[in-house]
Amino acid sequence: MLRYTVLRILGAIPTLLLVIALAFLMVHAAPGGPFDDERALPADVEANIAAAYHLDEPLPQQFLRYMSGLLQGDLGPSYRYRDYTVGELIGTAFPYSLKLGAMAMALALLLGVSAGTVAALRQGTALDKVVMGFSMTGISIPVFVIAPVLVLFLAVKLQWLPAGWSSATGMSRYLLPVITLALPQIAYIARLTRASMIDVLGRDFIRTAHAQGLGTATVVRVHALKPAMLPVLSYMGPAIAAILTGSVVVEEIFGIPGLGQFFVRGALNRDYTLVLGIVVFYASLIVLLNLLVDILYGAIDPRVRYR
Amino acid sequence: MSGNRSIRVTAGILLAVATAALVGPWISPHDYATTNLENILSAPSLSNMHLFGTDDLGRDLFVRTMLGIRITLLVAIVASLVSLVIGVSYGAIAGFVGGRLDAAMMRFVDTLYALPFIFLVILLMVAFERNFLLIFVAIGAINWLDMARIVRGQTLSLREREFVEAARLTGVSTLKIVFRHIAPNLIGIVVVYVTLTIPQAILVESFLSFLGLGVQEPQTSLGALVDAGVKHMEGASWALLIPATLLALILLCFNFLGDGLRDLFDARHSS
Repeated sequence: MLRYTVLRILGAIPTLLLVIALAFLMVHAAPGGPFDDERALPADVEANIAAAYHLDEPLPQQFLRYMSGLLQGDLGPSYRYRDYTVGELIGTAFPYSLKLGAMAMALALLLGVSAGTVAALRQGTALDKVVMGFSMTGISIPVFVIAPVLVLFLAVKLQWLPAGWSSATGMSRYLLPVITLALPQIAYIARLTRASMIDVLGRDFIRTAHAQGLGTATVVRVHALKPAMLPVLSYMGPAIAAILTGSVVVEEIFGIPGLGQFFVRGALNRDYTLVLGIVVFYASLIVLLNLLVDILYGAIDPRVRYR
Repeated sequence: MSGNRSIRVTAGILLAVATAALVGPWISPHDYATTNLENILSAPSLSNMHLFGTDDLGRDLFVRTMLGIRITLLVAIVASLVSLVIGVSYGAIAGFVGGRLDAAMMRFVDTLYALPFIFLVILLMVAFERNFLLIFVAIGAINWLDMARIVRGQTLSLREREFVEAARLTGVSTLKIVFRHIAPNLIGIVVVYVTLTIPQAILVESFLSFLGLGVQEPQTSLGALVDAGVKHMEGASWALLIPATLLALILLCFNFLGDGLRDLFDARHSS
């Protein structure tokens, strides 16, 4: 297990470096600088700005400077939000995104696994078909379509829930964004769970458990659930990425001052250091969480450790 | 049987939608860019032939929606072809050559899976102004990973089959084996996965358009129409609901179609 864990951690490092280098290159290859659309500046002022942000250095040197800053946890200054560092901006915005994402993920796992298990146990019945139909719809319809339609019906027409972030306080303002963000994941996890549960329920050890006189509920809970959860566990990596992407949309629509909103604003404002910082931050988060999933997988299923 | 029926139904719906998108603007008396500030955000009506109403500049939403479908489908199909070319060549080379090269190539794919691509695409769209070609390439470039994996797996198993062995023994060149014996056997699975790549490409394109980074005014796509509809949904819900429903319908049909084709393909292969 230790060897497996160490190998996984070592494997994650090149991935991370690749993302950072790719994002860095892309930002610096972009035509037009962050200070372009202001009034034409005198040449010496422009040179001063370039020098202040080290933009006059050759690219490899800038990259090394960025990397060494990164190792000390410094993502550099923001180009647009003067007097703020990128780190500070991420620090103020991330808690909202984290709360939103974590609640959506928890909801998705809870509802997805339950719906999938019920559908598997009632395979072929009307209930199963309803769950699967809902699930296909949930997978197909993008978050930016679900969100406004839910707002239109639940908040604007029926007025059950607050429509925007600033028009409410407390937990009620998280309700609609979390549901929106979780829906596609509920759908996907339900499908995955159903397929793998059907597979597991057909195995010999389940027949043995039944033969010992155990009830269906006990068989599912004690014997079937753990092996059936493996595909769901390996889907956690893509799910995390999908929730991060989805939260960009959800934050835009509901006006939540989270990281996704900062990213879009930063991109439109050409605030390259902020955008680069957020990409690096998200990429590290995804790589880290994937690593965690991998290690967890190794702990649950000993077979993967020896591959 | 039910699988076959769902293929026929979804393919029929998609064909109908595509036909409407092609013919619709041609039949309608309005065009997509003419503004009419005396008739903004009007409800759908038959009397003035604004079948889907008008937007905040008084432009006809029926024609704009049909145009949006055209562009959405065009981007999706071209982007899927880009991902097809990259994915198939990558997967076929890795699978056919095998050994160390295969291991290294697949390691690279695994690494790419961990990247938050959508953020890089957003970055790309912002950095290099919004040009149409770039949208195709960017979307295609992020969707080839699944295709590469599947083609590689298939090639790996085909390589060991008797007919390839026989071809090799009779002295057929490697290149000819790949094109004459391996490639035709990949077509089935490639078609299935292209059908499943199209909705993913539509999703990315409409996501970008929704953020205002996709196609530019006065051109439009379904994602851009949904975005415009959100701004006026309280007074003019049709401006949101019509493009949203059509986008959902198209995505749903492609997903069902892909699923149906995959089941059909799997059934043929296992029997």
